[in-house]
Amino acid sequence: MVLAGLGLLLFLLPLAGLVARAPWDQVGPALIAPETATALGLSLFCSLSATAVALVLGIPLAVLLARTSGTLRAILRALTTLPMVLPPVVGGVALLLAFGRRGLVGAPLYGAFGIQIPFTTAAAVIAETFVAMPFLVIAVEAGLRALDPRYEEAARALGATGWRVFARVTLPLLRPAIFSGAVLCWARALGEFGATITFAGDLPGRTQTIPLAVYVALETRPEGAIALSLILLAVSLAILIGMRDRWLGWL
Amino acid sequence: MSLDATIRLKRDEFALDVQLEVSAGETIAVLGPNGAGKTTLLRALAGLVPINGRVELNGQVLDDSAAGRHIPTERRRVGIVFQDHVLFPHMTVLDNVAFGLPHDSTRIAREWLERAGLGDRANAMPRELSGGQAQRVALIRTLATEPHLLLLDEPLSALDVTIRAEVRRELSRQLSGFHGVRILVTHDPLEAIALADRLVVLEHGKVVQSGSPAEVTARPRSRFVADLAGVNLLRGQGRGDHIELASGTALAAPEAGDGDVFAVIHPRAVALYTSRPEGTPRNVWRGRAEDLDLQGERVRVRLSGAVPLVAEVTPSAVRELHLDAGAEVWVAVKATEVSVYPA
Repeated sequence: MVLAGLGLLLFLLPLAGLVARAPWDQVGPALIAPETATALGLSLFCSLSATAVALVLGIPLAVLLARTSGTLRAILRALTTLPMVLPPVVGGVALLLAFGRRGLVGAPLYGAFGIQIPFTTAAAVIAETFVAMPFLVIAVEAGLRALDPRYEEAARALGATGWRVFARVTLPLLRPAIFSGAVLCWARALGEFGATITFAGDLPGRTQTIPLAVYVALETRPEGAIALSLILLAVSLAILIGMRDRWLGWL
Repeated sequence: MSLDATIRLKRDEFALDVQLEVSAGETIAVLGPNGAGKTTLLRALAGLVPINGRVELNGQVLDDSAAGRHIPTERRRVGIVFQDHVLFPHMTVLDNVAFGLPHDSTRIAREWLERAGLGDRANAMPRELSGGQAQRVALIRTLATEPHLLLLDEPLSALDVTIRAEVRRELSRQLSGFHGVRILVTHDPLEAIALADRLVVLEHGKVVQSGSPAEVTARPRSRFVADLAGVNLLRGQGRGDHIELASGTALAAPEAGDGDVFAVIHPRAVALYTSRPEGTPRNVWRGRAEDLDLQGERVRVRLSGAVPLVAEVTPSAVRELHLDAGAEVWVAVKATEVSVYPA
């Protein structure tokens, strides 16, 4: 009981500190400060873009995972879940080595088209997708595995070909899993720090998302950092409450 | 129109080896205990599992493993109705029925629903239907695609007993209006006898018996069929005027033949006595009543002893014999009541 209480306190105290020490009279001005608005806008843009990319690439990946078995599946699964356990900074370094100007993919890209990815908004989106997509893949794959295969069999027996079965039956039935996966993915992308700062840098207006802005502001104007932190806290709470039916049935 | 199928497949410990010939307009019921391979057989015919063998429907080869031919499910004129309807939960009843139609024609779908008296449920979602309605919609959804082969996988077993009879009548009516080949899988003998022209009994992946319901129940060839026909089935070696049972007991029967034989004794032909009966019966032995079960006007008594049998007696006989679980009795069966046929 005591240990459980200590565990709870570990979660609760920082939150309490954040709310208690918030300079509420300065939160308002800090919120409407132009740099806050820029970081917030960029954060929303990057995290939503990352979620969109994750949806487009992650759903097919989840289907592939759900339809394979054995060693191949183990390898694919390890690959997709690696970014979840990898320290984000390491992910950022890896991305830099792949897409950097002298990287595996980056060098030919720069040589042929003069395209340079690191330290652009695109890099921030890639970094967030890298870190957040596994959450979507895992959720959708679990949804696919829980799906009664007879729905797809019934659709096929009614004459529907592969694509029609997927679009008209499988996808709609997966909607709850896709939704919760997308929300988790978005929340993770919104909070992304390590991979972004390593791969995309900290350029206000281009790659400086809220978590980066919080980190920088903590040095110069702590009240701004607290205000931005409160925004992220509010978003996290909103997600928890919005998804409570899925995660916290009793709330 | 007809179906001609030879299906062999192996999965883990289970092997299926079935040969089926069914003509159009005929309803076949595949009966068998759980795990006999009934559903696997249907899935094989639908093309949902790969097989070794050959399936030909109306002259079209759907599967021929020797020639490497396999027509996928969606290109077969085969309809399946599952045990628990499997209606698409995110579509209305109308869209469910239209799903299998050319251009998702809701006009034709509506006509089908109207004809089945379900027109007023067209805009309902599947979860708003009763179990019976949902199964009727599932049947219509399949029939509307005009399949040449209709596969019904335990279509009534998920329903309440109270509405089963009603849906069975409807099913029977719809089946008589369907001109293709019909195969019904069930473990319910009543369903099989009510709906099918021919029974195919499947056990351990093999056909153990087939024929009209009357033929099959008159000469059971397995414990499963004997149980559903409610008769005692014994097996032994024919020795002219008696059968030597596996236990070594001799069972007198006028035409025992020779070789491996089955013997059927109706429970009503098994007489029970408190003392050894005198006179005609040539089969008499000691037995012990294991349990009693009242069924309608009769009491079924399960006996152990030299020959384990079920006897059916009247309630008054139970009183006169002071029968109870554990009671010792004399069991007698007239030789002429033992019907024998080759195994």
